[in-house]
Amino acid sequence: MGTLTTASASDDRTEAGPPSSPLADYLRDYWARVRSGDIGSLPAVAGLVVLSAIFEILKPDLFFTKANVANLFTQGAGVTLIAMGLVFVLIIGEIDLSAGFTAGLCASVMTLLMTKQPGFMLPHGQSWLIGVPAALVTGMAVGALIGWIVSKIAIPSFVVTLAAYLAFQGVILMLLGEGNIVRISDPNILRLENTSLDPTVGWILYLLVVVAYAGVRILKVRRRTRSGLSSEPALLTGVRVGALAVLLGGLVFMLNMERSLNPARSLKGVPVIVPVIGALLVIWSFVLNRTAYGRHLYAVGGNREAARRAGIDVNKVRISAFVICSLMAAVGGIILASRANSVDSNTGGSDILLKSVGAAVIGGASLFGGRGRALDAVLGGAVIAIIDNGMGLLGLSAGTKSVFTGIVLLAAAGVDALSRRRGAAGT
Amino acid sequence: MSAVSTEPTLSLNGIHKSFGPVHVLRDVTFQANAGEVTALVGDNGAGKSTLVKCIGGIHPVDSGEIRYNGAPVTIGNPREAAALGIEIVYQDLALCDNLDIVGNMFLGREAKRGAVLDDEQMEQMAQQTLSSLSVRTVRSVRQPVASLSGGQRQTVAIAKAVLWNSKVVILDEPTAALGVAQTAQVLELVRRLADTGLAVILISHNMNDVFAVSDRIAALYLGTTAAQVKTSEVTHSQVVELITTGGSDSLGRKDS
Repeated sequence: MGTLTTASASDDRTEAGPPSSPLADYLRDYWARVRSGDIGSLPAVAGLVVLSAIFEILKPDLFFTKANVANLFTQGAGVTLIAMGLVFVLIIGEIDLSAGFTAGLCASVMTLLMTKQPGFMLPHGQSWLIGVPAALVTGMAVGALIGWIVSKIAIPSFVVTLAAYLAFQGVILMLLGEGNIVRISDPNILRLENTSLDPTVGWILYLLVVVAYAGVRILKVRRRTRSGLSSEPALLTGVRVGALAVLLGGLVFMLNMERSLNPARSLKGVPVIVPVIGALLVIWSFVLNRTAYGRHLYAVGGNREAARRAGIDVNKVRISAFVICSLMAAVGGIILASRANSVDSNTGGSDILLKSVGAAVIGGASLFGGRGRALDAVLGGAVIAIIDNGMGLLGLSAGTKSVFTGIVLLAAAGVDALSRRRGAAGT
Repeated sequence: MSAVSTEPTLSLNGIHKSFGPVHVLRDVTFQANAGEVTALVGDNGAGKSTLVKCIGGIHPVDSGEIRYNGAPVTIGNPREAAALGIEIVYQDLALCDNLDIVGNMFLGREAKRGAVLDDEQMEQMAQQTLSSLSVRTVRSVRQPVASLSGGQRQTVAIAKAVLWNSKVVILDEPTAALGVAQTAQVLELVRRLADTGLAVILISHNMNDVFAVSDRIAALYLGTTAAQVKTSEVTHSQVVELITTGGSDSLGRKDS
């Protein structure tokens, strides 16, 4: 408890001082949060800008092109979605090393149920209406099992999920058979990663998103003002909505341009995967920020004993985090399969898991628990996708890419650790 | 003047508690009155923590009577204690660093509109509670607890305890980790709690704190009540004697 006594008494008089404008107050609060170790998405956004600038300078005619920007989304989607689930286990201070092969397992279950080819362990020839739910249920069951072992038997999640990593790899091999590649022919699944929205639909969706975002922000300000609480200044609300409108608008505009090199076959519009990621981002952000369950997740990650004393069923919360993680891994697996048009024994394998954990951490989720947002997965996923894509364009080898991704991940974890130490030592 | 002119908020009589062969509490008598700070003192191992955990429902008593506002009650678990209006502020505070002040104060008892958190209502209530305690040391209730000083954390933990219309607030060594200025602030807050009509039980090793804020002192000695006396009627050394030997020539075990 020694650290507490060192805090100087002057900190207790922060309220003194001249009255200031709401904007200054807001900025000061933000700075206080940054100082207390909550740097949020600053490093990820900075990384995005810097990396984009570097690749744009090095490969001006290839990186920021219409086709390549569309590629970034489809390339990064699987990792981003798996990372979104990992955020939940990171928040409660755990890890899921099996998420990659959970994705592969769920994708295999789906594909085998839907394949026309007989001869596998599962009934074949089912519609996607069976295959997709089966994959999702498989994911949730896997998550429930891992969560139960971690919380009830109290084996560290690192070990449990490492065991699951090996075991699921084996299960996939047993399901698919050695060396088999099972193709996906169902158009509904293939559409996820291989088609784009009609440009008009893209713009309609864009308008809906901007209007909804503005509405949510204005409603929040109204409610707070009515309750007599200080709220963010109108200028800031305007800046937020404006920034979203400009960034998203530019993106939709760019993606809606013709990007096909083959004049016979038109290719334009927002990739279907973009609204899919957007919808999941909204859903999970809502769960984390606006529900008691979300707050309990953060509480369990911040101080498990405090959560227990507050009457929160800590074990239930911990199991549920693993269920959500594996559920999102299943979604990510379906996307990976859709992109590859097939599954094989390495779907969700190789560096998918490490990239997903990296995406979550680079985005701002803490490996020490207690911090993380669904948005972190998207920002971090974008950083990973840009590194992958940009270094590919530069013609660098897979080895160089891996080394560089490793360094970025280490840097992100370092920022996390340092900001945390600062939070513990500061004020 | 007899102290028991009105019914005490909380009174314990003949409380026994053992853990296996270890008899931790033997025939303990204790009471706390509304509007008063009752200091609970005793050497390490005297049974202070066990007594508090009995009141808080963490360890149900083996035998003995607990009366709450005159009516006999049983407290089997922490929820029952909370339902009666008994809140404990533990020494380690049990705050989540990553949540803001509002989040901590309402943890596990969030206000909701349907399935959605009612942040506005919670923030309002948190502000009201803090201002009712005349807390001016906290600038924004939206600050994360990680950014607070030790004294501010203690303030938040105490405000959390009084948020729920509690009647009895038990503070376990609230100043143990604080510096001089912050100790004074927290003791002021403890005094104000009692002045708003709560029965406050203050566990402390620090005689200066005890004499600074308490109205009564209950001393435990090896699991039994050594004495419960009015603070104004005893001296510093008499209390130390009660703690270390279980009796004082002038006081013995007679109650005030």
